[in-house]
Amino acid sequence: MAERGFQISRLPGFATMAVAAFVLLYLPIVTLVIFSFNASNSVAVWGGFSLHWYGDAWANQAVKDATVRSLVIGVSASVLSTTLATLAALGTTRRRAYRGQTLIYVMINQPLMVPEVVTAVALMIFFGIIKVATGYQGLGYLIAAHTAFCIPFAYLPIRARLESMDLSLETAAADLYATPWQTFRRVTLPLLAPGIMAGAMLSFVISLDDVVITEFVKSGGQDTLPTYMLGQLRRAFTPEVNAISTMLLGVTVVLLTAFFLLTRKRD
Amino acid sequence: MSPAEEQALRASARNGWLLSLPALVVLALAASGPLLIVVYYSFLTANDTGGVIRQFSIEGWRSIFLSYDIFEDRYTLADAHLKIFWRSVWLSLTTTALTFVIGFPTAWFIATRPPSQRALWLFLITIPFWTNLLIRTFAINEVIRNEGILNTTLLWLGVISEPLRIVYTETAVLIGMTYVYLPLMVLPLYATIERFDMRLLEAAYDLYASRWTTLRRVILPIVKPGIIAGSILVFVPSLGAYVTPRILGGGKKMMIGNFIELQFLQGRNWPLGAALSVLLLIIVMAALLVYVRVANRDRSAGHG
Amino acid sequence: MKRLLSATALLLASTGLASAEGKLQLYNWGNYTSPELLAKFEKETGIKVTVTDYDSNDVALAKVEAGGSGFDLVVPSANYVPIWIEKGLIQELDLSRLPNHANIAPEWRDVAWDPGRKFTIPWQWGSTGIAVNTKVYSGDINTSAVFLDVPAELKGKINVVPEMNDIVALATMYVGGEPCSEDPEVMKKARDALLAAKPDWISMDYGATERLSNGDWAASVNWNGSTMRVRLNTNGDVQYGYPREGYPLFMDSVALLSDAKNVDEAYRFLDFIMLPENAALISNFARYANGIAGSEAFMDPEMREAPEVMIPEEHKAAGVFLPTCTGKALDYITAIWTELQK
Repeated sequence: MAERGFQISRLPGFATMAVAAFVLLYLPIVTLVIFSFNASNSVAVWGGFSLHWYGDAWANQAVKDATVRSLVIGVSASVLSTTLATLAALGTTRRRAYRGQTLIYVMINQPLMVPEVVTAVALMIFFGIIKVATGYQGLGYLIAAHTAFCIPFAYLPIRARLESMDLSLETAAADLYATPWQTFRRVTLPLLAPGIMAGAMLSFVISLDDVVITEFVKSGGQDTLPTYMLGQLRRAFTPEVNAISTMLLGVTVVLLTAFFLLTRKRD
Repeated sequence: MSPAEEQALRASARNGWLLSLPALVVLALAASGPLLIVVYYSFLTANDTGGVIRQFSIEGWRSIFLSYDIFEDRYTLADAHLKIFWRSVWLSLTTTALTFVIGFPTAWFIATRPPSQRALWLFLITIPFWTNLLIRTFAINEVIRNEGILNTTLLWLGVISEPLRIVYTETAVLIGMTYVYLPLMVLPLYATIERFDMRLLEAAYDLYASRWTTLRRVILPIVKPGIIAGSILVFVPSLGAYVTPRILGGGKKMMIGNFIELQFLQGRNWPLGAALSVLLLIIVMAALLVYVRVANRDRSAGHG
Repeated sequence: MKRLLSATALLLASTGLASAEGKLQLYNWGNYTSPELLAKFEKETGIKVTVTDYDSNDVALAKVEAGGSGFDLVVPSANYVPIWIEKGLIQELDLSRLPNHANIAPEWRDVAWDPGRKFTIPWQWGSTGIAVNTKVYSGDINTSAVFLDVPAELKGKINVVPEMNDIVALATMYVGGEPCSEDPEVMKKARDALLAAKPDWISMDYGATERLSNGDWAASVNWNGSTMRVRLNTNGDVQYGYPREGYPLFMDSVALLSDAKNVDEAYRFLDFIMLPENAALISNFARYANGIAGSEAFMDPEMREAPEVMIPEEHKAAGVFLPTCTGKALDYITAIWTELQK
């Protein structure tokens, strides 16, 4: 980063550290992208440039279905959990302590407290009973399970944001006879936006990553990308999965750029 | 307290519950509620072919602490279990500390960019996590292996004369967990730092505070909610981490997550697995409660 | 919000339709089902097979037992088949609907876990042995001593797959016992052998195909099919040893679930895979033998001649199908495994 004269917020070494963190974060990703173009079927030894893993991945219906399913579940779970978490965060912060507040807090964070495999086994038994009773075996179970374990991931950043937020603007709005809803729409929500965005991104990523709970809850034909890969773990990984990951990254970067350009214009 | 105030308070509490209710319902149906099954199972008899026999037994709980040494034919303190618990706690604490040390400057850096750029940097932090955890973990393995980029670069720079053996060590697990959980620290930290009023720094410097004093006395106390949120988000899931220790640790040493999984799967001892899970839940919950209490007391002391 | 809700409802409804005509739900090990086989089956019968993956017998068993997963066929390993039968999770097959049943090779017809093959149809079988890079170590590889009394050349370079039952069984047989032994003296010896050898292992991990090929590991306790791939990758440097003290055999077989919805389609599939040319497709994909007589003729030549797939005569006797360990035997095994990874 280029220096821009004296900056009050500059702390020595912080920028270096941050840049180093970014480099380290991307190092494995770069390896992954490079080896997705590997001609040999190794994920570690370079055998020349080739695109055939992309062809293979594209031709593999199971992989395509799993990717789409992962994204559908991820988006649904992220939207639902962020909405619920925002409401819950508004309900548990910035008011006088009330009976049960700590209980709510503990309940919301509960999914974080047990290893995934435990929740997975419990859900398998519980949903199994419901599946048999209702005959419904759709994606709803996976979306519900993902929404539930994403709630704390969405809740904590939103709550942290709310706690450090200045009350005076809202009080001012109320003094100017704004209705509580107007105050919320026009004042609180925009101020809260970075927290909500952080929460939504976190929960999306967490949902996209989940292996264990999905493995136990999924019904027939509901493999997601992670469970598909888990199935391959014992046998051989091929750069095909690197190719899929690279394609997903590509899509992300395109979406991100578009999003970035759009929001810039509006500013 | 006047009746009006009391009424306002009651309304506030009611609204608090109402706003939290939707989240609580989903959690009760798809997370906490089903866990009661686990509590119930911990008091049943193990079925050798998987699952449980519906017959009361405390064997699951007893065998956490006292393992019946089938070789010596007597009960002994389950030192294997304690060792596994201790390793998990130690590795998770270290991971939390490492993510903080790396994550705080990173979050600070992002929050001090011009507002129009911040979203971009935030996205940059999360992009690596768009690739699946398994793939990412394998990619980390490729970086740190003996012939991987890290060793090749260090050898080429002449920093080391022979490759560092990192793969399949606790260091590898720590690197992996720090990597995996870093955004869980950065995002909540960012959310609070972004609100931080930089004029406070100006004030601090005007009063001749050194940068270090400013950091310790001004910045850290204000971003504390973010630190708490981040630490919980990192520490608790890393306690139950499963994929990272299995792949990067080379599977030679278990963490609690792996041990519990062993009981539910290959070991076919569901009551022990269930009892271990409940115990872990109790420990974490107790720690969390203490944390919340202390944090709340600090806050009220700070304002009062 | 309303639009979102209705979109979600639509999505749920569209994925909820489980058993329409001409569909089949196969629940199988990951990366184990030949796409070519499924394409051929769909072309001939119009039945579309959906494959869902699992990575452990225990997960598959637990999930099906929990109920309502919507699978028709499952592929458990031999030692788990009796559990599936005992729990009533799989149904007895109507052999009159399976004309190709006669194609099952004689040695795979009257197996201990399913006499007369009334419940299961062979899918693939193989062994757990020892893959060794003979450039690194040129001594005897047909012994468990390679990983239990590690030769100097392999110290710190050998991996052991984290399969509790296989590894403890190998150690038990190495010290002179039977798998699932309940004899404390034998199990103590097996434990001590494993604990003493562990410091010489580099890891306990999967992924041997990749890491033996790229030289990260010089040896590994490994499956035969994977080792064959490695041998081809490394021009024969890596060879497969059959421990003479005893080594585990496995066979994964297809079974029809009791709550299967697409029973007719399932029968057609079962009959289909017992045709030699179709069974060969399975083997050519996953690189294991299949148990259908005459399928060798349709296999890739490199498989027909592979010493990993076709067990050499002198090593046949040492192969053992592991029984399902229960009770005290299972307690011993889990205790040893915990001790090993604490």
